[in-house]
Amino acid sequence: MCSLALFPPPLPSGQTTLCESNNELLFGASTEDRLKQDSSPLSLHFPRESLKLHSRTESSSKAAFLDHSETLWMRSAAAWRDGGFTGLLNEITNSHTEVPKWLSVSSGCILALLRWVSSFHGSLFPHLILSSEDMIAEFSQVLNWSDCVVRAFAWHPHTDKFAVALLDDSIKIYNPKSATTPTLKHRLQRSVAAVQWKPLCASALAVACQNCLLVWHVDPCSLSTRPSSGCAQVLSHPGHSPVISIAWSPSGSLLLSASPMDTAIMVWDVAAESCVPLQRIGGGGVNFLSWSPDGSHVLASTPSALFRVWETRMWTCERWPCVKGRCQSGCWSPDGSRLLFSVQGEMVIYALTFTDTPAGVPTSTSKGPQAAAVVADLSETTFNTPDGDIIVGGEIQSLAWDPRGERLAVLLQGDPQAADRPAIIAVFKTRTNPIFELLPCGFVQGEAGAEPRLMQFHPSFQHGALLTVCWSNGRITHVPFYFLSAGVPHFGLSGSPLLPHPQQRPADFANQSLFTELIS
Amino acid sequence: MFSTEQSCWFIRKVICWRAAASVAWAVLLLPPITFVFVILSKFSFLHPIQTISECLYLLASASGIFSFILLCGVILIVGFLNLEYYTVIPTIACSKIALLGQLLHPRQFVNSLVHCIMGIIVAWCCAVTIGFRYETLGYPCTQSDGYPQMCLNEYHLILLLAGAFVGFSHSLLGVISNMNYVSFHTVQQYKYLRFKGSLPLVVKCSATQALYSVRNYIVVYLFLGYIPRAWICKTLNLHLDSSVHTLDSIAGLLDLSLLYHLWISATFLLLTWHITLLLFRIFVTEVYSFPVQSSFTEDSHQYLPKVLAEKQPKILKFLALQDLALLSQHSPSRRCEVFSLSQPGGHPHNWNAISKECLSLLTDLTQRLVAYHDTVATNGRAKSLPSGNERKTSSETSVTSGTEDLMSPRPTFVMKTPASVFARSIVGTPQSPLTALFTPDLDSPLASPALRRLTAPVEQCSPWYGTVQSPHIMRRAPKLWSTSTDSQVNGSPTPSPASVPSPKQEPSKPSFLAQFLQNRKEQVKNFLAKRVLIMYLFNKLPEASSQALFADSQAHIWALEGLSYLVQASFSEDQFGVVQTTLPSILSCMLVLQEAVDRHFKLPHASSKPVRSTSIMGDSTFKTMRFALRATLKTAIYRITTTFGDHLNAVQISAEHRKRLQQFLEYKE
Repeated sequence: MCSLALFPPPLPSGQTTLCESNNELLFGASTEDRLKQDSSPLSLHFPRESLKLHSRTESSSKAAFLDHSETLWMRSAAAWRDGGFTGLLNEITNSHTEVPKWLSVSSGCILALLRWVSSFHGSLFPHLILSSEDMIAEFSQVLNWSDCVVRAFAWHPHTDKFAVALLDDSIKIYNPKSATTPTLKHRLQRSVAAVQWKPLCASALAVACQNCLLVWHVDPCSLSTRPSSGCAQVLSHPGHSPVISIAWSPSGSLLLSASPMDTAIMVWDVAAESCVPLQRIGGGGVNFLSWSPDGSHVLASTPSALFRVWETRMWTCERWPCVKGRCQSGCWSPDGSRLLFSVQGEMVIYALTFTDTPAGVPTSTSKGPQAAAVVADLSETTFNTPDGDIIVGGEIQSLAWDPRGERLAVLLQGDPQAADRPAIIAVFKTRTNPIFELLPCGFVQGEAGAEPRLMQFHPSFQHGALLTVCWSNGRITHVPFYFLSAGVPHFGLSGSPLLPHPQQRPADFANQSLFTELIS
Repeated sequence: MFSTEQSCWFIRKVICWRAAASVAWAVLLLPPITFVFVILSKFSFLHPIQTISECLYLLASASGIFSFILLCGVILIVGFLNLEYYTVIPTIACSKIALLGQLLHPRQFVNSLVHCIMGIIVAWCCAVTIGFRYETLGYPCTQSDGYPQMCLNEYHLILLLAGAFVGFSHSLLGVISNMNYVSFHTVQQYKYLRFKGSLPLVVKCSATQALYSVRNYIVVYLFLGYIPRAWICKTLNLHLDSSVHTLDSIAGLLDLSLLYHLWISATFLLLTWHITLLLFRIFVTEVYSFPVQSSFTEDSHQYLPKVLAEKQPKILKFLALQDLALLSQHSPSRRCEVFSLSQPGGHPHNWNAISKECLSLLTDLTQRLVAYHDTVATNGRAKSLPSGNERKTSSETSVTSGTEDLMSPRPTFVMKTPASVFARSIVGTPQSPLTALFTPDLDSPLASPALRRLTAPVEQCSPWYGTVQSPHIMRRAPKLWSTSTDSQVNGSPTPSPASVPSPKQEPSKPSFLAQFLQNRKEQVKNFLAKRVLIMYLFNKLPEASSQALFADSQAHIWALEGLSYLVQASFSEDQFGVVQTTLPSILSCMLVLQEAVDRHFKLPHASSKPVRSTSIMGDSTFKTMRFALRATLKTAIYRITTTFGDHLNAVQISAEHRKRLQQFLEYKE
């Protein structure tokens, strides 16, 4: 098993990781790095001060106006519109001077009963009592989402183009080949939890918002910098909010969305704006979706200690109960046969292997494995650096596997209170064929004081893998990993890098115990 | 005939069994639904135990069993009607008058009548089960003179009439919201899970629809209730009890218990019917796996390439295309059969047949779009709708030779004109010539095809021929049809310039009669255009014509998916390179269609989103079909371009298409 002790020690502060070349991570000082990076069109910096934030929420603007007394009927209607049934009951209970006594008393009783029932429900699934902002922060793949300048990031699956969702609820689209950077804003685009481009399409971008799901159609040839909200399709379903995770099918035909409040996953036919709920009891919601690159499986984790793996042919699912906590993050190997996932409260990475039944059986459901295997141990490890001891390790925030299946990036949560336990990205070298192997590669670090918040691999980088990291100071950097892949991801026989090794490297690796697993 | 025999094969062996299975499940579900209904209708909070024991007693009694048998019979009839009236291509009324025509069609009239009778039967069963004051139609009473006689129980009557009304309104709503349209789901699920998923929605939909129906019924009964009451009294020689006040008054109808019983009975009625319909849809749209390769010649008509080429029945073609789309996506071994060569001879017959059929479907849609686009003026008003054309020709075939309709290169088009709302009956309905004559959009600058036909009756060409020959299309023609000639498969001759009388001859041709007719028509039209009601009835509904154009586009969507997935898979799986020979025609066919679709979406109303339909039972998938087609088309082209990448530069296509393809390669579409 691979553990953090095998990693090279983290860099001293002031040094940032630049790239991987010749099988080692190169680093440089921040200053020269900054000069270099600023020249690159895709490296961006969003200082927090530059964003115009919402100074106050809309409901609080009530205080600015004079109190205006309306009739009970008007108030009741408004309460019904704003707060639904409970809002109406609340209004009636509060205006006990105007309504008959029996009515206010009985509505008060009903309200108490409802609260009692919902508290019972909430004690079963504690996440249901969170506000929607807190819920997104709790379940998002982004570390410390509520305080993050860059809240979501998505590379286009085929071209060098990406979308960035910012703290002020706007989305910017950057394309090095075009001078315009469209900014997407919409009335309903609040607290963006995730964005994703539609595969096999140049223009469609799905956005998971607080109350709905937006699908923007941004014409790549358009010169407009502010596409109108008419370019966005609004997909919403009662009870399905906040939308926290979305996943396009790799064939681009379907869109999945999930909300921790809703036990059903919605399968959207975006063109028809219709959805099919996939309802399964248990779990209390769905907080993370990941579609395997070959389109055959979908990982859906729930807020309780349970996750499901759906098979997309007939949409049946396997239940996977976890021991400790919920499944926090997961990622698929490029051929969709292996799932790596992490569990909240545990410091290890698990792997599940799916082998398809002999191809061609019309109702081919894949036979799942019996148990998950532990492939990496990320428990806390102390490194001695010139700046003092640094403790690296802990719980995993998110996992990302590069599209060739050769680098695995793991975002470790760290401890925001303790200075010597920073959040850090650990990168593993992986190979999936002929046997699954995990080797240490190194840590990716940014400028001093900047924490990684969000990371994603470029889906079609020619020279290896390109990891994009969004930092807590609003900077977005790209760390390339240069290596030669033995083949196309699907047919790759061996992922061994063919770069000339420096003389001492093989010796280094020789005495390390590797995780290996034979394919039966 | 050979083809009819085959269609019989599929309908007989598959569809009928599926329908029978759905009815069987509906009958099996009837006891629990009835039990819930009985509980809900008789429940009293004060004596819960007593209610349940009463219900159980009732269900075991003779009248209970008899009404249960009646209900089973009703379900059987509903199932039969579903099978008889279902369609996979919705019929879209382009104007109010067409909708009215649908509603008044004899076939629909029979349907409504049967639904009325079934409604009465179900309501009678409900009356018997609810019991107490609803149980019988007559009861003995004493008149003021002390002489005993039979009096009318109006509670019973009101329930029976409610059943008839709800049944009737259900059948009318079915026409308006296309309830007989069977749509296919993009997400494949097992039947049980699909049923379970839609059951809550069906219950909710039945309850709300029952609520609205009962509301309307009460209004109707308040004003017209005395008519059936007097009639029943007269025919059955019953008397009205003068001591009980009548129900067609506001005070009589404001009886909460009565309203509740009406509503729960209507809900029960609609729920059983909706569940039967839902089960029918689920069973009929289930994937059917056709074998790709024929090993024996005697049942070769059951194999996918053969079945795809069938025109009728539509359900067979749709299921075959669905199977093609799924196999190309999920099943490598069946794809392998598609790419295989025939054993003696080494011809890729399977691939050829499949690709030919898919391409002909797509070409067909392209031509339809181009023809439509040419008939529509820039202000969005249809000058002469293709459907209007079709009607004229259908009403006119007696005048002309009659064979030319068969020569039309678009045989599927007949299936989707508003005149063919009665798709399974004869096209020429009494009102279609009327509609054609009175439609106020005959003001085309071109002479309308109908007139031209009168002046030159020997002209041998397709019915929409005259519109296609507009200079607009002639200019564009080389570009749009550069590739369609090699994919013309149905053997119909494309209108060749040789058979066309040159436009110069036309001005000399119109006779005095034609001009007279033209003037008359203008006058009649001007006269009618001033009448508000006529305008209301004949005005085109916005986007309805666009919806009608794409009504059967589910087939095109599957054809696009099937082709693109097969081409994608051929990159690594096609050992003999059979796909490469057709790649240029596939690409150009898709690009031409893409161009036509883009142009269509520039028309007004074409890109406006339809309002979301609230009812679940009236499936509105067809309203958004054009968007789905556009998205699928783009995805299909991207699927091919991303798979092949720069290799596409080696494919032989025209320069214009290459330019278009380059846009796709650079992700700029």
